[in-house]
Amino acid sequence: MRVYFDNAASTRTDERVIEAMLPYFTEKYAIPTSQFSHSFGVEVSDAISLSRQTIASHVGASDAEEIIFTSSGTEANNLAIKGVAYANSNSGKHLITSQVEHLSVLESMRKLEQEGFEVTYLPVDSSGFIDIDKLKLSLRDDTILVSVQLANHETGTLQNFEEIANIVKGKGVLLHTDAAISYPYINISADRFPVDLMTISPHKFYGPKGIGILYVKKGTKITKLIDGGFNEFNIRAGSENVPGIVGAAKAVEIFDYKDVEKIHKLKGLLVRRIEQEISDVELNGSRNNALPQIANYTFSYIEGESVSLRLDFEGIAVTTGSACYSRNLQASYILIAMGKSHEQAHGSIRFSLSKYNTEEEINYTVDKLAEIVEDLRKLSPLGKE
Amino acid sequence: MPTPYTKLVIEHFKNPHNVGEIENPDVKVTEGSPACGDMLTLYLKVDPVTHKITDIKFKSFGCASNIATGSIITDLVAGKTVEEALKITWKDAAEALGGLPPVKIHCSVLAADALHSAVEIYMEKEGLVKEKNPTKMETVFQKLTHVIDPNTGVDIVKSKIIKGVKIENGIIFIEVDLKENDQFAANVKEEILERLGYLWDIKEVKVSFSK
Repeated sequence: MRVYFDNAASTRTDERVIEAMLPYFTEKYAIPTSQFSHSFGVEVSDAISLSRQTIASHVGASDAEEIIFTSSGTEANNLAIKGVAYANSNSGKHLITSQVEHLSVLESMRKLEQEGFEVTYLPVDSSGFIDIDKLKLSLRDDTILVSVQLANHETGTLQNFEEIANIVKGKGVLLHTDAAISYPYINISADRFPVDLMTISPHKFYGPKGIGILYVKKGTKITKLIDGGFNEFNIRAGSENVPGIVGAAKAVEIFDYKDVEKIHKLKGLLVRRIEQEISDVELNGSRNNALPQIANYTFSYIEGESVSLRLDFEGIAVTTGSACYSRNLQASYILIAMGKSHEQAHGSIRFSLSKYNTEEEINYTVDKLAEIVEDLRKLSPLGKE
Repeated sequence: MPTPYTKLVIEHFKNPHNVGEIENPDVKVTEGSPACGDMLTLYLKVDPVTHKITDIKFKSFGCASNIATGSIITDLVAGKTVEEALKITWKDAAEALGGLPPVKIHCSVLAADALHSAVEIYMEKEGLVKEKNPTKMETVFQKLTHVIDPNTGVDIVKSKIIKGVKIENGIIFIEVDLKENDQFAANVKEEILERLGYLWDIKEVKVSFSK
């Protein structure tokens, strides 16, 4: 049996998405810039406009022009943070984010620090919730942007975003949220939450890779990072990834909230069985305010890479926050920021589900997992005496 | 299945040899700590006449390369004399496994370090070290660099929790900057005793905590 529980990294593309994309490889392969020269270009230009409208209406944008296509969620985060910082630096040079953001946010912030901007990295509590009081205290007259994730990609912890948004917008500061892992699992809409910028990553919800979306509220000053032509309302140059754009719109359009219920139930089964059948386990992240598709556990006394490798031998794909797994040999900075010990971070395993997973897969995984954990604990010098 | 590991590494990882503990070992030594990601405990039983290793066992909190190296290095030294065992390096172990990914070398060094520490401790205990030098402060500090401070993940010398060391009439006094009831205090003490207790001219090691 082959079981894929790494859907927080990327999901299987839905057949309907692929079907929608195919004509844009072999039949409608022009680019929209050519719309003034020939009808090939017009066809494609129309398809992009329609896709933009579909996405705009689903994310609660007031205008299709608020949807900017990029190459990835990472690029969307770069554009949101650096683009807003450069465009607004005459109003101030201070930005706020959290310690548990995706690397594309943290590294963009670090780049800005090297260029003379000042960044506050908000701490989180043991469940991964951002310190709201610290946020209030950190907002200054020269703060130009707050960038906070909607939910965490490693633990699934869902921030109290409405409260955060009200505080930030109450001060009149621009707000970006990285919703790459959360949209559309969490029903966030720009018309329900006062956000100015939002990152969306279609391959996290059965869309294609190679396409990212940045919602940019009308009137938000933003500097172009990729220079060239006048594509994407002169915010992002480069020939449009037409199949990707069409596929992204399809993925947004067909996303079914019944699948979220299904995933939620599967996660419930996984959590129940792990906690009932394996001793000395700890859930990392919030139990009640979390994404439906992510469960992160620490299995005490053993190291995560050993667990993930042994699961892989049984055909099961998961990831670990262990240093041994990462290229820089550092344990998960997210779990460390939550105050977990290095030992706890080393023993952590992330399970992330999709609509394609089944109850049978969950049961098979927990059966194998229980054996593997017991086996590795026998090998471990740590543990209960 | 393509993994960064060779078939042999996977085999030894799946079914490691010489796993377990030895009752009343001649030497028991621990290298690394869970805080830095890997930890390995080695047990040694040696024939007092021939100085051949009669039994060797290990336990590991670590990744695949750590477990596989522990398995192969214990295979390599079984039946060898302690002097021969001392010559076996992590490179020999890595080669015997058909190679290891470069990023994983630090995990495999741990098993070799544990072996060398265990043999050195045995030789010193049994008076097999030819030149008997009196224990000096630098020897003590050098030995203490093998004890990891679990709170920081680096050794207790580097993490500056050694407040004072005194050698007097064959007794080593060590003052550690930890609370007596620190969750790691007992562990740190045990490892310090493991590292210093066997020195030929040392009768006793006294560890105290002050914070």
